[in-house]
Amino acid sequence: MHVPDGFLDAPTSVATGAVAVVAVGVSLRKAREELDDRTAPLAGLVAAFIFATQMLNFPVAGGTSGHLMGGAIAAVLVGPWTGVLATSVVFLVQCLLFADGGITALGTNIVLMGVTTVVVGWFVFRGVQAVLPRTTAMVPVAAGIGAFVSVPVAALLFVGLYAVGGAADIPLGQLTGAMVGVHVLIGLGEGVITFLAVGSIIAVRPDLVHGARSVLKTRTLEVRTAGAAA
Amino acid sequence: MSVPVLDVQGLAYAYPDGHQALFGVDLHVHAGERVALLGPNGAGKTTLVLHLNGILVAGQGSVSVSGLPVEKKHLAEIRRRVGIVFQDPDDQLFMGTVRADVGFGPANLGLSGAALDARVMDALDKVGMTEFADRPPHHLSFGQRRRVAVATVLAMEPEILVLDEPSSNLDPASRRELADILRSLDVTVLMVTHDLPYALELCPRSVVLSDGHVVADGATYDVLTDDALMRANRLELPFGFDPRTIDAGLLPVATRGRGSDTLPG
Amino acid sequence: MGGAHGHQLHFHGHSPVHRAPAHLKIVALVVFMLVVVATPRGWWPAYAAYLAVLLAVVATSRVPPTYLLKRMVVEVPFVFFALLLPFVATGPETEFLGLTVSESGLHAGAKLLVTATLGVIASLTLAATTEPQALLRGLTRLRMPALLVQIMGFMVRYLEVVTDELRRMKVARESRGFSARDPRHWPVLARSFGALFIRSFERGERVHLAMLSRGYTGKMPS
Repeated sequence: MHVPDGFLDAPTSVATGAVAVVAVGVSLRKAREELDDRTAPLAGLVAAFIFATQMLNFPVAGGTSGHLMGGAIAAVLVGPWTGVLATSVVFLVQCLLFADGGITALGTNIVLMGVTTVVVGWFVFRGVQAVLPRTTAMVPVAAGIGAFVSVPVAALLFVGLYAVGGAADIPLGQLTGAMVGVHVLIGLGEGVITFLAVGSIIAVRPDLVHGARSVLKTRTLEVRTAGAAA
Repeated sequence: MSVPVLDVQGLAYAYPDGHQALFGVDLHVHAGERVALLGPNGAGKTTLVLHLNGILVAGQGSVSVSGLPVEKKHLAEIRRRVGIVFQDPDDQLFMGTVRADVGFGPANLGLSGAALDARVMDALDKVGMTEFADRPPHHLSFGQRRRVAVATVLAMEPEILVLDEPSSNLDPASRRELADILRSLDVTVLMVTHDLPYALELCPRSVVLSDGHVVADGATYDVLTDDALMRANRLELPFGFDPRTIDAGLLPVATRGRGSDTLPG
Repeated sequence: MGGAHGHQLHFHGHSPVHRAPAHLKIVALVVFMLVVVATPRGWWPAYAAYLAVLLAVVATSRVPPTYLLKRMVVEVPFVFFALLLPFVATGPETEFLGLTVSESGLHAGAKLLVTATLGVIASLTLAATTEPQALLRGLTRLRMPALLVQIMGFMVRYLEVVTDELRRMKVARESRGFSARDPRHWPVLARSFGALFIRSFERGERVHLAMLSRGYTGKMPS
């Protein structure tokens, strides 16, 4: 569900566009520091992965279905910087190659569903991780909570943007209530699926999960000492 | 004897997680040879291949290419000299068009304009794919993609062509076409494969890698007919295939430096 | 020539719209839509003019209108929203088709409907007449950072490879009698996502190795 052209007025669209440009610009530099010359192929493949997961609908209830936004899971799997790059490129490609989401709303879509879900997902993930025991088993839990929170926050921001640059005077209280209510449900799906998906990755390739690195480090060292002694 | 194109001595390597994959590999390949590298899954073949152009760095021992040791400061030149064709052409063909893909390597070497274009078309010509130059690689058939993958490496004018499972997933016709192409190339070849008939058809010499070291090195015919060696290393000929029944005149002849039957270790 | 070249939306052709440089088309799209969005509601003649311009471009491109029409479904959720607006918005009320609705909501809904429709047609026309590779070159000319162009290039290149993998997993699941009907099936879907991520990431690493093997040092040859 990408925001189309005309949903927000021109000044708001230009402003969110500027925010998106800054966020992507900073992420480009930071991701490059982290991944070096692996940035392009890895971020590109992660973007293709997010695109594919957004294609697959999961059934919610009563015949309705939703799909992952993917910002939080991207942040946990590849880190916030690469996460912002990958999700932003997904929206760029969807807009230019698939006419999904308006060109003037590109900045809005990147900020709402890319940057916001990645950043909120990441900070909540780190916050929860700091509280929970430092084990790999807790990584999917923190990821799921991050994903769950990220969705209604993005919905709230959407209401905020609509209040500033929306076309009609909808009673904001009602809109907020409806949007947040619906998105708590969607967020539940996003959270559970993120929890399960990150769990399945941790079980096979914990080394690939960016958000598990701090937990893994101690373990890797032990293995190395054992290998050297053998 | 001349300096070997590929000179691997006592190569040992352990992955960062502690798993050791190579335990002292010795391998020498001379100019113009076509050598098959055989071995069961997990023998360390891919790990060895990744050392040949410096993607992995030797834990012990050494690798040199035409006398140039594989070290960080020589990497650019080493990667020009050693052309690796990976198993999945989708990993190798990452650009938007066949032309851009084949040109990627030479352009990194500093070629541009007409020289680059000539190099690209020459490489595509060698694999019979010139008419596909402006197509996106992902719209070619698997066999065509494998051929373009070979071209991407040939465009670097390597001294040795390293192929990882070149015949995998090919239908019989594509498999034969690729064999014809490989035979027509005037380049040293190291071919990692499970396809024993393919090894016999193309490579006069075979090296068997097992548990991270070389257990046999000799004429492909001799290796494939050594039943004890074959059994010990989980190498099996396909049903109905017996090298002994093949007309000796059809077997490839070593151009130079036929391998010796040394068993190291 | 094979029909299967280009991506899902590209409609092969040689019209002037197809041949126009991609960077100009992108700029034209952005400027056109900004103008449309900035046009005050109620200026209906202006909107009629925009639509006429757009239809002229579509006609020149010789992309069949039915081809575009079928792909306009992406707009549907917002059509609902636009239809809902007159009933939920506040302010002075008016009569419309025998219903009492909010005046500002009616206008806002109508404007949203028109603008979003113009936007979808314009974007579809760009996508239908421009090859992804041309689009990437256009973005480069428009000074999009090289690294971002590279990432987008890799995404476009591997989109089909990755979605095919997902499709094969779905076929494998359904061959064994599984179809996702309610939340009890989430674990299975989530495992597919996990497997897909691992495959995608590992492919990224292999692509990186293949690039290094051909002399890549972080900059794409132009």
